[in-house]
Amino acid sequence: MNLAMKRASIVFAVLLAVLFPLSLLAGRVWIDPLAGTTTTPSAALILMELRLPRAVLAVVIGGGLGAAGAAMQGYLRNPLADPGLFGIAPMAALGAVASFWFGAILPQPFAAWSLPVFALIGAGLAMGLLALIAGRSLGDGAAGAGGSIALFTLAGLMIASLAGALTALAITMAPNAFALSQIVMWLNGALTDRSWNEVWIAAPLVTAGVVALALAARSLDALTLGEAAARSLGVDPRGLLWLLIAGIGLTVGASVAVAGIIGFVGLIVPHLVRPLTDRLPSSLILPSALAGACLVLAADMAVRILPFVTELRLGIALSLIGAPFFLWLLLRMRKGLV
Amino acid sequence: MKTLSAQNISVLRGGKRVLHSLTTRLEPGTVTAICGPNGAGKSSLVMALAGLLEPKEGRVLLADAPLCGISARERACAQGYLPQGSDIAWNVSVQSLVGLGRYPHRDGASEQGRGAVESALAAAQLEELRDRPVSSLSGGERARALLARVLAGQPDWILADEPLAALDLAHQLKMIAHFRSCAGAGQGVVLVLHDLAIAMNHADRVIVLSEGEKIAEGDPVTALEPSIIARAWGVEADWLGAKGARALITRN
Repeated sequence: MNLAMKRASIVFAVLLAVLFPLSLLAGRVWIDPLAGTTTTPSAALILMELRLPRAVLAVVIGGGLGAAGAAMQGYLRNPLADPGLFGIAPMAALGAVASFWFGAILPQPFAAWSLPVFALIGAGLAMGLLALIAGRSLGDGAAGAGGSIALFTLAGLMIASLAGALTALAITMAPNAFALSQIVMWLNGALTDRSWNEVWIAAPLVTAGVVALALAARSLDALTLGEAAARSLGVDPRGLLWLLIAGIGLTVGASVAVAGIIGFVGLIVPHLVRPLTDRLPSSLILPSALAGACLVLAADMAVRILPFVTELRLGIALSLIGAPFFLWLLLRMRKGLV
Repeated sequence: MKTLSAQNISVLRGGKRVLHSLTTRLEPGTVTAICGPNGAGKSSLVMALAGLLEPKEGRVLLADAPLCGISARERACAQGYLPQGSDIAWNVSVQSLVGLGRYPHRDGASEQGRGAVESALAAAQLEELRDRPVSSLSGGERARALLARVLAGQPDWILADEPLAALDLAHQLKMIAHFRSCAGAGQGVVLVLHDLAIAMNHADRVIVLSEGEKIAEGDPVTALEPSIIARAWGVEADWLGAKGARALITRN
């Protein structure tokens, strides 16, 4: 770990250490830490069964999305890239939407788990499709200098738009009004009423995904010089792509499976981290995971505290923050400040 | 020392044959210039020699071992490839950029890796600029930083695709001086050059390509004689001046 990466990691680790206990106390019911949990059993219940799993899940998902964003920007050599470009999130969402259709006809013990399982199947399908396309687009050894990454990304975008169209189709043909509202609610991700079950599903998968991305980190650094130079430095383009498909598929797929679609985290977070580091992709992945955890945790805290009649969906809140930020970023880039 | 040779290589790109059974043998400690009109296959030859394009027929040998049989990492330690253009995706510092040259050695953080980066920075006269972000460099400084990245890998062979493009005269000469000192230190240097006068005055050997075929190879005076220039470029030209300071005069 180099000095620049340490500095960024420490900044966001400290921020996370402050935010995490705060998020346990904040909400519709404010918990006074000095009162002690033994005196009010309901406070203890809120803390252990509602707030703690929710906070842990925010950290897991935010961490995964942040790391995925840093890796994706490194891979595409583009600060405007987003993990959504691989089409994994829309495919996972399609899987989840399918579960609203098929969940009813499944046997009971499985039905309760149908949503995350179907979403993970969707993400897995997207990963399989990407691997298939990767095998073909990179299979030609004489492909040479470049363009294979751009081609591959376009394929990812096609998967995304296909999944989006099928999701829209599923919405228009929703079996009933309740299913329709469930689908629409779910497509705007949230962490409301999540339990330890969701944590146990997401945490191992996201961790495995972040490990895969960390293994890809040095090769992403070499890509700074372009595809041809990276290959001349000994980067195996196919191995790198496998790692990325696995890493982004696991982090994004698991996030969508338990929380729905939460956008903009992967896009924004690397920009918050980059100025604190030496700007090489490998220096961004760990701090971006920490910063992503901070962002999702803070945003989730905000939607809990904000005085709306129904809780603002986390996915919507992050897009509300994300879109103006993105615009500001574009304007800054035009001035050449990034 | 490690020679680099091509035996009857034919290379296809996008289904099109860009090199036709080309054979050459390059010696370390020399600067070889690859010249030829646009589309003659210069970049393809360099990429094939660097192991980035696999020949359809024939093979490339590094120290008499087939390049395709060497691991990517071993090849990357032995060969430094400097692609055309100066594309750097992130606004990293000069030192970080040069440090990327240690990628195949996996020792960027060790004593040895840092020493190699230091001597590359010194060789390219970049010590003062080490902390500067690459976006703040001039074209010449940027080219030197990218060269230093290759030098940091301490390769036996340096293969550069048009390293002088987009540089002014003074920086061209400075870069050539860097390449000459690499050859002086025993490294093999292969450069794609557009400027025939630079090839004539500064290279030890010249390979002239035309439409994917080698039409001349040898010392600059024979390989770049007017009849070859007429054949490859379709330009009537003559050399003026004395050895080491020749100028090309065209008559069209």
